[in-house]
This record gives sequence, C-alpha cells and structure tokens, in this order.
Amino acid sequence: MTPETGKPVLEVENLQTEFATAKGALRAVDGVSFSLSPGEIIGLVGESGSGKSVTGFSLLGLIDAPGRIAGGSVKLNGTELVGMSPQELRKRRGKEIAMIFQDPIATLNPLLTIGQQMEMALAAHETLSRRAAAEKSAEALARVGIPSARERLKSYPHEFSGGMRQRAAIAIALLHRPAVVVADEPTTALDVSIQAQIIHEMKALARDYGVAMIWISHDLAVVSALASRILVMYAGRLVEQGPSAQVLRDPRHPYTRGLIDSLPSATVPGQMLTQIPGSMPSLGALPPGCAFAPRCSYASDACGAKPDMVQAGRRGWRCVHPLGTEHKERAAS
Amino acid sequence: MTDISAPQKATPPALVFWREFRRNKPATVALGLTVLLILVAVFAPLIAPQDPYDLGSLSLMDARRPPGFVGSGGYTHILGTDPQGRDLLSAILYGLRISIEIGIMAGAIALAIGATLGVVAAYVGGWVESLIMRIVDLQLSFPAILLALVLSALLGQGKAQLVTALVAAQYAYFARTAYGAATSERRKDYIEAALATPLHARRVVFRHLLPNCAPPLIVVATVQIASSISLEATLSFLGLGLPVTEPSLGMLISNGFPYMMSGRYWISVYPGVMLIILIMAINIVGDQIRDQLNPRLRR
Amino acid sequence: MLGFIIQRAIQAVAVMAVMSVIVFVGVYAIGNPVDIVIPPDATQAMRDEAIRRLGLDLPLWEQYGIFAWNLLHGDFGRSFVYNVPVLELIGGRLPATLELVLISILFAAVAGVSLGVYAGVKPDSWVSKAIMGLSILGFSVPSFWVGLILILTFAVSLGWLPAGGRGETVTVWGIEWSFLTLDGLSHIVLPAINLALFKLAMMIRLARAGTREVMLSDTVKFARAAGIPEGVILRRHVLKLISIPLITVFGLELGSTLAFAVVTETIFSWPGVGKLIIDSIGVLDRPVMVAYLVLIAFLFVMINFTVDLVFALIDPRIRSGRQSA
Repeated sequence: MTPETGKPVLEVENLQTEFATAKGALRAVDGVSFSLSPGEIIGLVGESGSGKSVTGFSLLGLIDAPGRIAGGSVKLNGTELVGMSPQELRKRRGKEIAMIFQDPIATLNPLLTIGQQMEMALAAHETLSRRAAAEKSAEALARVGIPSARERLKSYPHEFSGGMRQRAAIAIALLHRPAVVVADEPTTALDVSIQAQIIHEMKALARDYGVAMIWISHDLAVVSALASRILVMYAGRLVEQGPSAQVLRDPRHPYTRGLIDSLPSATVPGQMLTQIPGSMPSLGALPPGCAFAPRCSYASDACGAKPDMVQAGRRGWRCVHPLGTEHKERAAS
Repeated sequence: MTDISAPQKATPPALVFWREFRRNKPATVALGLTVLLILVAVFAPLIAPQDPYDLGSLSLMDARRPPGFVGSGGYTHILGTDPQGRDLLSAILYGLRISIEIGIMAGAIALAIGATLGVVAAYVGGWVESLIMRIVDLQLSFPAILLALVLSALLGQGKAQLVTALVAAQYAYFARTAYGAATSERRKDYIEAALATPLHARRVVFRHLLPNCAPPLIVVATVQIASSISLEATLSFLGLGLPVTEPSLGMLISNGFPYMMSGRYWISVYPGVMLIILIMAINIVGDQIRDQLNPRLRR
Repeated sequence: MLGFIIQRAIQAVAVMAVMSVIVFVGVYAIGNPVDIVIPPDATQAMRDEAIRRLGLDLPLWEQYGIFAWNLLHGDFGRSFVYNVPVLELIGGRLPATLELVLISILFAAVAGVSLGVYAGVKPDSWVSKAIMGLSILGFSVPSFWVGLILILTFAVSLGWLPAGGRGETVTVWGIEWSFLTLDGLSHIVLPAINLALFKLAMMIRLARAGTREVMLSDTVKFARAAGIPEGVILRRHVLKLISIPLITVFGLELGSTLAFAVVTETIFSWPGVGKLIIDSIGVLDRPVMVAYLVLIAFLFVMINFTVDLVFALIDPRIRSGRQSA
C-alpha cells in the first residue's frame, strides 16, 4: 500500500526544539525521530500542546524567537537543514518542502488577489513572465478542483468559500511540486463534508505528484483515513509509532488507547464518550519520568524513569507497560 | 480586558499585579519618581527655600541671575532666578504643585463625568445611548487642544475655568473607554438576566458594570492626567491658562521664553525639564499598567 | 460603491450641521461680544446701537439662522479687529499653514512608518530600543517645549537655522510658498520638525505594533513557508496589512496637526492661520474664531470622508460592500 521505495526523502533524528522563557528553556519537541519515504503519507497525532505543530514548523526551520532548534538533525533529500543559513533554507522552503496551515482565512492575505499571492509564491523560486505566471497559477488552481480557475485568479480571498480558500492555499503550497508537505490540521476549520472532499483530493494529489506528506492532526479518525503510518505525540515526545491499521487496532501505549477510546465511533450509541482523565501537564511542570504517568491507570514505580522507545519491527512505543504485549503475556501464562 | 476577575490562587490580585510591575525596572523607577514628585509638590511650602508668592521677599536686583548666584536673601539660588527675581527652584516647586493639582483635578472630574456618561449610555441604551455616544465620537474626532484653547479663551483666566476647559476637552476619552468596557460586559448573559429583574439593576451597575470598566479607565486616567498637565502647560505658555499670580510650570517656561534668545536659558529650561520628567514618569507608569492589563500582549 | 459614497456624504453634511450649531453656541452664547466692539466709556445708546448692528437683540435661534444662511453663502462676517472679511483674512494665511502641516505630516509618515516597521521586525535590537525611546520622548514632551529647545539649540547656540518667520517666498499660482526657495526651506525646517515630532512618535508606535502583530500572523508564516524572501514579505504583505490603521490615524492626525500648528506657529512666528487664531482669541475676535473652527470642522469632515474612500480602495472587503468588523 505504501510506496516505500528507495532512500527516505526526509530523515528526522532526535529533533529538539526549545522556547526560552523567564523560567528557563521549555522543550516543546524532545527527541523526535522518524523518516519519510517518497510519496508516503504519515499522520502526526496528539492533543493541542503536544508539540506536533512545533515539530512541523521545526522541519521548515520556521521557529520564531524566543524558540530555537536546540539539537538533532533534519535531512531533506540527504541535505542537513538544521544549522543551514537562512538564505539557503529559504530557497528550499516552498520548493522542496512546503506547509499548509489550519485556517485559510488567516493564511491568505485579504488585501491581495489569489493571483497576486500565487505570483509571489512563484517568483520566490523562479523568474517567469506575468503571462506564464498566470498560466501556471491557473493550472495549479484547476488541479485542486477550483472551477474557472483563470477568472478566479482575480478574486480576493473573501470572495471564496472556506473550502475554496483552503484549496487555493494548497495550490500555493504545491506550486513547485515539493518533495515533502507538512499539513498542519488543514481541514479542522472546515465543514465536515468539505473535509472529506479535501482529504480525498489531497490523497490523489500526493499520489499524482509523488509528494510525501506529514499530516498533523488531533483527530485520529481523519488521520486513519489518510495515512499509512501514525506517530503519536505527547508532551513533546513520540510515544508510539507504527502502521495506521495496527496502531488503531492494537495500540501499545495507554495514551494511544485513550485517544482511540475517546473517538465517537469507538463508543456504543447512548453510552458516554470515554475521556482520558486529567489534562496534559504544562511543559514547565513535566513529571520526571513518563509524562503520561499521572493520567495513566497502568502507571507504576517503573514509570518514574524516562522510558526509551522500544522498537519491534515497524512499530515502536515508549512505555514500560505496553498494552498489547502484556495482554499476550497474560494470555500465555 | 476582563481577565482580572479570574480567581488566582490565594494571592490578592493587587499583589500579583505589583509583583509583575516590579519586574519592569524603568517603570518601577518612573513610579518612584511620580510618587516623589507628588510628595515634593504637596510639601513644596516646607521644602522651597523661598515663598515665591510673597512679593515682599522679592527684589528686582536679583532678577534673571544665573544658577549658583547668591542673592539678597542671603542664600544660593541653585537654579538661578526668574524675571521677577524669584528663586527659580522655589518657583519650580510651587509650579509643580499647581501643575499636578490641575492635572489630577481635571483628570478626576473628567473621569467621573466620562465614566458616568459611558456607563449610563451602555446601561440605558436606546436613544440616550446614541445621543451620548454620537456627541462623544464627534468630539473625539476633534483635537482636544483646540477645544481647550477656545474654551479657556472664552471662560477667562482662573483655576476653575482652566479645569473646566480641560475637563470638557478630555471627558470624552473616559466616556468612550467606559462605554466600550461596559457594553462588552453588558452583553454577557448573566447581566441580561439580572437586568430583567428591576430590583437588581443598581446592584448590577455597581457590582459588575463599574468594576469591569475600572482597569481600562485606570489606564486612560494616567494617560489623561499626563496629557492635562501637558495641555495646561501649553495653554499657560500661550497665555491662556492661569492668572500670572499662580505660575504653573508652563507659565514659568513662557516667562523665560523672551530671555532665551539672549542666552538666559535657565529661566525656561529648568521648569521645562521638571515638566518633562513629570509627564514622562506618569506616561511610563501608564504604559506599564496598560501592558499588564492588556491580555493580547500576554504571551 | 456609489451607495457607500452617498451614505458617507449625507453623514458628512449632518456632522457639519451639528458642528456649526456647537461652534455658534460655543462662541456666541458665552460672554458678551458687545463689550469688545464698543469703547469702555460708551453710552447706553451706543451700546444698544451696537447690539442691533450685530443682531444680538434677536433670539438665539434667529441669530443662528442668519449665521448659517450667511455661512452657506460663504459669508463668515467681518473681523471685529481688522475690519476685513474673515474669509479673506484666513485665505491669506492658509497657504503658510497648509505648507507647514503637509511637509511635517509627510515627514512624520515616511520616517515614522520606516522606523516603526524596523522596530517591529527587530524588536530586540538596540536600534529599535532607541527608536522606541525616541517615540516615548516624542509623546511625553509637550510640543511647545520641543520648539523652545529646537530654537535654543539650532538657532541660538549653533546659529544654523533661523528661529522664526517664513523667509523668502516664491509666488506660484498667485500663492506664496516658502519651500521653493533655499531661504524659505531653511525657515521651515525647525517648525516642521517641531510639528512632526508628535505624529512621528505616534506613527512609530502604530507601525511597530502593527508590524509585530502581522509578523506573528499566519499570513507571514505561510508566506515564509512558501519560501518568499523577507523583503518581499515586508513590502507586499506587512506594509499593506498595517496600512489600514495607519491611514485612519494619518487622516485623523492631519486634522489635529492643523490644530497643533497653533502652538508651533506661535513659537516660530510662522504667519499662518494658527498664529492668527491665537491673536484673535487674545482679543476675542469672534467672527475669526468661528470661521476658523467651522473651517477646521469642515476639513475634518472632508478628511474623514477621504479616508473612508481610501479604505475602500485598499480593502476589497469594504469595496464589495461587506463591512469589515
């Protein structure tokens, strides 16, 4: 199902992003590692504040002060991005790695036409005549399913519907056919019906263009419809990763279990939705060991030490009491 | 603008506020300076080496002498003397007293009138609301200095007249602010509900609407006190504010202006320095309070 | 768009009507204007004659009617003091004021926006902190005091620039202008800086606040993610996005700059309308005061009207009839 052929297009090793505050540096991303094959779609899942968006921005080197990438490595097509000069990084953004944001109302400039904004994005990486730029922009708009794209270039964002706006933003991000796209909750602000359409189209675009995608979302259901692999993030660290179907059917980490159980589809109609008790600790007050331990019904003294990522085949988890395995052990004994 | 009502642990909000305030060094210094200047103004008669209003103690022999001059009174005029032979330091201390007095008086009255109008407009609604707010908005689009200028010219010289002119020029800022805060609170459901029962109306105004307006009004008040001091000085400089018998800082500067060209700079410059220190100190304090009360700037 | 213009035009007329009432009541109803046009030792008969001549024996609303009627016909009355038509008096002084105001506001806008955007892009650099210090100073220090210090420094101590007057002027289209001659230009520098300083401080603050907010916005992040160079982002996104509040304030400040010209013109003996009004206030020359205030009100209304139109040109959301929040 996944075209995992050849070298990975993106390799992330032990990525660490910190934010300087009055109380010292807060680590929003703590030792995240994963790799992405050409054309692959992976889902990065977690609650708000888990560091998933910061991870996305870190990949593009778009961390504003007082934040900074404190360590680790991000290799795009084999080239190291961490520590690269801002000019070099700029040349790669939009061309080799692009990003789509959550709210298209906020991302598009209300005072410029869609055409002008696409022209700017084109001019960032190539010199084109006006006519050629318009040609290329219209083509890109048509590709994301905007009818009569030529005329729509002259429209302002407020003249588009929410879904159309996000399509236009997607068209801008895909203008240069980047190898990797980071999509940060791109459908969260949209109506459910349009959500489904856009997800469907993104999947088709990724396949046609051979774009690898990191789909960031708090919504396991959306991600499972799209991604071949799922990474679950909690308090700045990856706590579980593996092929979507396996992770969903048979989660290892109690946090993943909690996420799955709180999905409406996991609940019998008429029954209350299950919730994970408590809330995520703030980055300034993380427990010394497993960050999830205070909310975890399986927690024991062993959780007082930071758990390492346990690798088993294509799956991995960061938990001393992994769920499925314990189950099997009990069944075997 | 409404976040101060959120209950914080056990520490009283004022203390929390003060702790945050203290973290900004320049603002703390400015606050200290403001308090110091107010104290100096209050105790000016005790501190000043000379009573500048006592015409008997003045000698024209001593007029326009440079700083450090020892006059007929037998003591050193640290900052020199003015055209009437007054000790400039004493004149400045008394001038400071008048400037602060006018500033606070005008600010307080404008606050009372403006806040009342704003809250009434928000609370009563209907045509009263549109009438009040139309007038306020119209006036806000018109420069305060012109209004004060014309009014003080028409009313004549004197403390009461000057304060009236300043209040008329400034109440609209308070009204706008109070109105904004009060309407945002009034739209909340619990107020709507409470207002449905006439018994609770007064309680609502005093317990909810007014307190909710307080933080932004405090900010506007600091800014407006600084600006009325500055406005008063400008009017006095133009010869429109106070009678000559009660020289404020602005009038001292004005008195010295003709002598500036001939190099007797101190008569204008020292009162001016005092005026600027006072206004800047108040403005910096106001800035810090505003930053602390503005939730949008919190990160 | 046409409906928008008509709606604003009606509003403008209404505001002018209200302003004329306020000005009339404010200036004519307070105090007694008779006292200044008759000698102190006048007989009761002379007094009554003066009252009749000025129309002060009529009821207030009738006085206003006559006043408004004359106003509509461009008749602002005659100055008590100079005994010439007020409009002529003001018209002769207006170019000097407009010249001063336009030069200073242009300077404030260009310098203020550049400095403010710089301070907004690099909030932590020491240059930005210096810029912000300058702006606090510009806000706090009363305008007349800055004028004094400018004179003391550049005219008295250094002797570089003249302390007052308009200097040599050139007549173009029948109007005298200072900024076209070197001497005139040297005369306008100090008053223009003086008048500009407060607006400069305000522009810096607004531009900085706007820039900081826009720089953190998703629009800029998205543009960066598309690899658009910082310079292009600043020119095409940031400048455009901060322009709306800036234009509002610019328009409003145009009016208040006219008002503050009163102070600057007095300090620098600049022979403009401001100096005229201060002199008129000193002797309670009511027709001049009224005409000046009505004129200022008219300018205000015109400026607000223009600002609204400029908005519509910049912001497509207003143009297409949807009011922005």
